[in-house]
Amino acid sequence: MAEPMRIRATMAGDVADVKVLMNHPMETGTRKDAKTGQLVPAHYITEVTATLNGKTVLDAEIGPAVSKNPFLGFRVKGAKAGDTVAVKWVDNTGDKNSAEAKIG
Amino acid sequence: MNALRRNVLKGAAGAGAVAVAVAAGLLKPTQAMAAWNKAAFESKSVGDALKGLGIASPADSKDITIKAPDIAENGAVVPVEVTSGIAGTTSIAILAEKNASPLVGSFGLAGGAEGFISTRIKMGQTSLVRAVVTAGGKNYTAAKEVKVTIGGCGG
Repeated sequence: MAEPMRIRATMAGDVADVKVLMNHPMETGTRKDAKTGQLVPAHYITEVTATLNGKTVLDAEIGPAVSKNPFLGFRVKGAKAGDTVAVKWVDNTGDKNSAEAKIG
Repeated sequence: MNALRRNVLKGAAGAGAVAVAVAAGLLKPTQAMAAWNKAAFESKSVGDALKGLGIASPADSKDITIKAPDIAENGAVVPVEVTSGIAGTTSIAILAEKNASPLVGSFGLAGGAEGFISTRIKMGQTSLVRAVVTAGGKNYTAAKEVKVTIGGCGG
């Protein structure tokens, strides 16, 4: 199973500022292993979705050009402290992970 | 999210089984990933990538702000922030124009999400970082050059 992901959500006025840090190698499939000289197979997150109290606020498709251990920041207007932000991702091998946090 | 794909994943009793099925050649990766816009992400040019996203000739806009370093020492981690001041922004796409595959990501916004995305991207070489914003069915774009000292797209 995948490594845990971290979510931090804070209010700034009436806008929730959400920061997500996912643990993932994000291999492009074009990098060679330094020892063996073999290509490292592609392994990257393809989809990230975020919900606020169960309602979708972000539906992203990303590719291997997103950095290792992807960081994603977004803002949601009309959120309140105590609301639940949930984030999940799926990668190109079908692996997936999800986490949620309360807006503080 | 694609309902069919959800079912495929469930039906295969989890991700591991899908990976095994892919490895065994039972399922082509393209089938397992039906919802992901493979054509756009594998496009080798900015034009093709935009075409893959269904975006035609976006207009230049001063209401899009791209915050990225002028010089990135490490191309593997280039922080990029896109802010769209255009009302009703529903999608932000980020492209690194000279990457082998320019499309970095496409971010659909809904339910009160503001026209803002912050992330970190890989850049193979010095190039324009382009943001394409969709708002009210129209497309707008802006770009900023980032100089890359050491490329971050391979080994």
